[in-house]
Amino acid sequence: MTRKLTLADYPLAETRSAEVKGTRGKSLDDISLDALLNGDVTMEDLRITPKALADQAEISRAANRPTLALNFERAAELVNVPQDFIMSSYELLRPGRAKTKQQILDVAKIFRNQHKAPAIAAFFEEAAEIYERRGLYTHRF
Amino acid sequence: MVSADNPNRWRRYADWDERPLRLDKFAKEDPANGFSAFSSPADPKPSVKISAGSIVSMDGVLAHDFDMIDEFIARHHIDPAIAEEAMAMNSGQVARMLVDMNVPREALVRLAHGMTPAKLADVVSRLNALEIAFAYSKMRARKTPGNQAHVTNAKDDPLQLAADAATAVAFGFDEIETTMRVSRNAWSNAVACAVGSAVGRWGTLFQCSSEEAEELRIGMAGFTSYAETVSVYGTEKTFIDGDDTPWSKAFLAAAYASRGIKMRCTSGAGSELLMGFHESKSLLYLEARCLCLQRGMGVQGTQNGGIDGAPLTATIPGGVRELMAENLIAVWLDLECASGNDARSTESEIRVGAKILPYLIGGSDLICSGFGSILAYDNSFNPSLFNGEEMEDYLVLQRDFEADGGLTPLPESKAIDLRRKAVDCIAAVFEELELGQPTADMKQSVVIASGSNETRSYMPREVAGISEAIKDRGITVVDVIKALAKRGFREEAENLLNVVKLRVSGDYLQTSAMVRHGKVVSAINDPNTYQGPGTGYRVSESRRLEINSIRDVLDQDEVLRSEAMHEKEEARRIGYRVIGEALPSDDKNEIVIGISPAFGLKLFQTTASHRLSDILKNMITAIETRGLKARIVRFNHTADTSFLGLSAARLSGSGIGIGIQAKGTAVIHQRDRLPHNNLELFSNAPITQLEHYKGFGANAAAYALGEMPEPVVVPTRGEAMGSRYHARVALIYAIETALTSEGAAPQNIEVKFKL
Repeated sequence: MTRKLTLADYPLAETRSAEVKGTRGKSLDDISLDALLNGDVTMEDLRITPKALADQAEISRAANRPTLALNFERAAELVNVPQDFIMSSYELLRPGRAKTKQQILDVAKIFRNQHKAPAIAAFFEEAAEIYERRGLYTHRF
Repeated sequence: MVSADNPNRWRRYADWDERPLRLDKFAKEDPANGFSAFSSPADPKPSVKISAGSIVSMDGVLAHDFDMIDEFIARHHIDPAIAEEAMAMNSGQVARMLVDMNVPREALVRLAHGMTPAKLADVVSRLNALEIAFAYSKMRARKTPGNQAHVTNAKDDPLQLAADAATAVAFGFDEIETTMRVSRNAWSNAVACAVGSAVGRWGTLFQCSSEEAEELRIGMAGFTSYAETVSVYGTEKTFIDGDDTPWSKAFLAAAYASRGIKMRCTSGAGSELLMGFHESKSLLYLEARCLCLQRGMGVQGTQNGGIDGAPLTATIPGGVRELMAENLIAVWLDLECASGNDARSTESEIRVGAKILPYLIGGSDLICSGFGSILAYDNSFNPSLFNGEEMEDYLVLQRDFEADGGLTPLPESKAIDLRRKAVDCIAAVFEELELGQPTADMKQSVVIASGSNETRSYMPREVAGISEAIKDRGITVVDVIKALAKRGFREEAENLLNVVKLRVSGDYLQTSAMVRHGKVVSAINDPNTYQGPGTGYRVSESRRLEINSIRDVLDQDEVLRSEAMHEKEEARRIGYRVIGEALPSDDKNEIVIGISPAFGLKLFQTTASHRLSDILKNMITAIETRGLKARIVRFNHTADTSFLGLSAARLSGSGIGIGIQAKGTAVIHQRDRLPHNNLELFSNAPITQLEHYKGFGANAAAYALGEMPEPVVVPTRGEAMGSRYHARVALIYAIETALTSEGAAPQNIEVKFKL
């Protein structure tokens, strides 16, 4: 699909149900109760994909919601990031968890290089800079 | 304790001391200590300076002095391309645009992208409460209003959670939210509510409010579909005390979206004050910061309007207006708004009703961000503004104002069926997954229980075992769907699958999304396009009929049916025989009792449920005791009490007559008086007792004998007689008037008492 999605394409599950697919390529029609009972549908098929988030971001932009679109784009980068790494990264962003700016920058690097998540990496780098200016790298009991 | 006979106290104050209202405490306005709703000397003046496309100062603070919140807002919320234009506009003019139906919502949303927190607060603070409500209705993102329920109980009992979730779904809630008394019961609560909410129909979104990492894990297992516990605050110190930063929360927002889970943030007036770091700023200004932050984070919506701080905010002058104003900023910033009306902010039912009204008639994405669908003591979030106890009050408010508050009356028979089904479903899941074997007695006790005090079911310690098993064994929604289908609950299995499938397309991640009739409805495909009467959300005729369908409504058939039940019994007690046309008499010893057209013919008891035969017997006996005679005359030209009485008096040889309607309203009249200038009147038939009618007869006799008796007084305790009886009275009266005809002659009636 080359043209940008517009408000008329929403909801995607209704306007293009054949093209909306889960992580393992199953379409919405394939994800039926019978298929689930046969063991053909697992939790993997019920996850959102980076493509679906990118599509929703396009629709958000068309609705003049650019910040929501950016969140969906950051989310698209996190879809395949393991849960434990997401939770430990979140923990590091909380006040006083990182003792130095470098700790956050190191995580940013992992996002950028290993997870191909440049927007998330930039977001962590921005946080690292602001935390430094606001003195958040302090010990908290 | 103040003595009851204190000579220097007006006792009305003692009465007022006993009102529930006096349990509410009120705080003095004190901006320095953070007790100020709309403005404080410490609030900055709105300003922005932009250089080379970036913000160099905002609301009087230079960029290098920005705290984390300023910094995040400046970087992620403010659109530099719009800021100079928007900030240069006169705040009064923008305020007028908000209430001008001819200014489209999109134009105002565009301006908000360029406004600082101080500017947004400055604009909305110029609106009075009515204008705020109107602007809110115009500016909210989605056209169709919705509502959210709390589903919790004091025992974390999964059977009751399932039954109550199904009940909440049937009432029409678009979202249900649970939390636990004991945090380790989260997984059990999640499974129970997920299963219960799949009974009856599909599409109710569900969240399990718990510790952040746990909540995300429960979501990934497919049990929940949204989250709203991501709190943000309006001062840096409060934020840090809340153990987060704008960046950590924004990262969490992206994490939820990456798992296909709908999410909104939570913020509300009073949280900074409660947490002790208010910087002497007004509640509204701090909340404007929270909301700009949320838009900057890219969350689709907010739970906003005081929330846990609402009770504190309501103690401050203008506090309730402030809650409305912050909701307005939220929707102006184009955020979905779950508009508070959540924590119960008062003991006064009048304040409760007043609080909800603007939202009920103006609509909101989620009118309550937690209507307690369960009883107040079962609400693990603390009692809500409305709880299970007050459900029918809310339903009647919808009917009164023909306003769509998102809910629909639920017939008793349907409710019990759904509860039974839900309990059977969760029991089947527990048995299939070897999580428990609920007994028939446990199940039955839950099905009929109004609240957990009445159940003989799971207790928190047993629930902990179930919850840990779900978590440790890695049970997912797929396992639960399979268990339901295996036990024959195919429809419920399908319903549950449909909710989880929502996350594949992510359509429900867009602003203000909910599911109605199996379809995602959001600000994208159901935008609020209000531009004056006839536009925006309108209650359709079919929806109006749904809203109107409260229980126990009266109609004339119902009144006649109930009268027919008494007809036979009265026939055994009294006979009425027409003995000819009634003419004036000159017998000084006679009192005429004029009865109404339907008296004893179609209507047989007063509104106080006294038999008409007993009424007549008491009056006649009292008259005869004084040595006088009672003549019974039926009038057919009028059913009006005054004219019944006056006509009776004109026929009466003594000049004294009694007029009485079948419903029990009675008058003593004298022939020379003006129609409404009677001697005595019983206007409160519903509280008029037989002894009063007896006294009425005795007094009529006394007047005839030239005495001046003490009028019979029917004591009232101030009951709302009109609301209790007027519908019935109007229907009864129509039965009387239907029997009248102009100029019809009165008839003498011979009354025979048979018992």
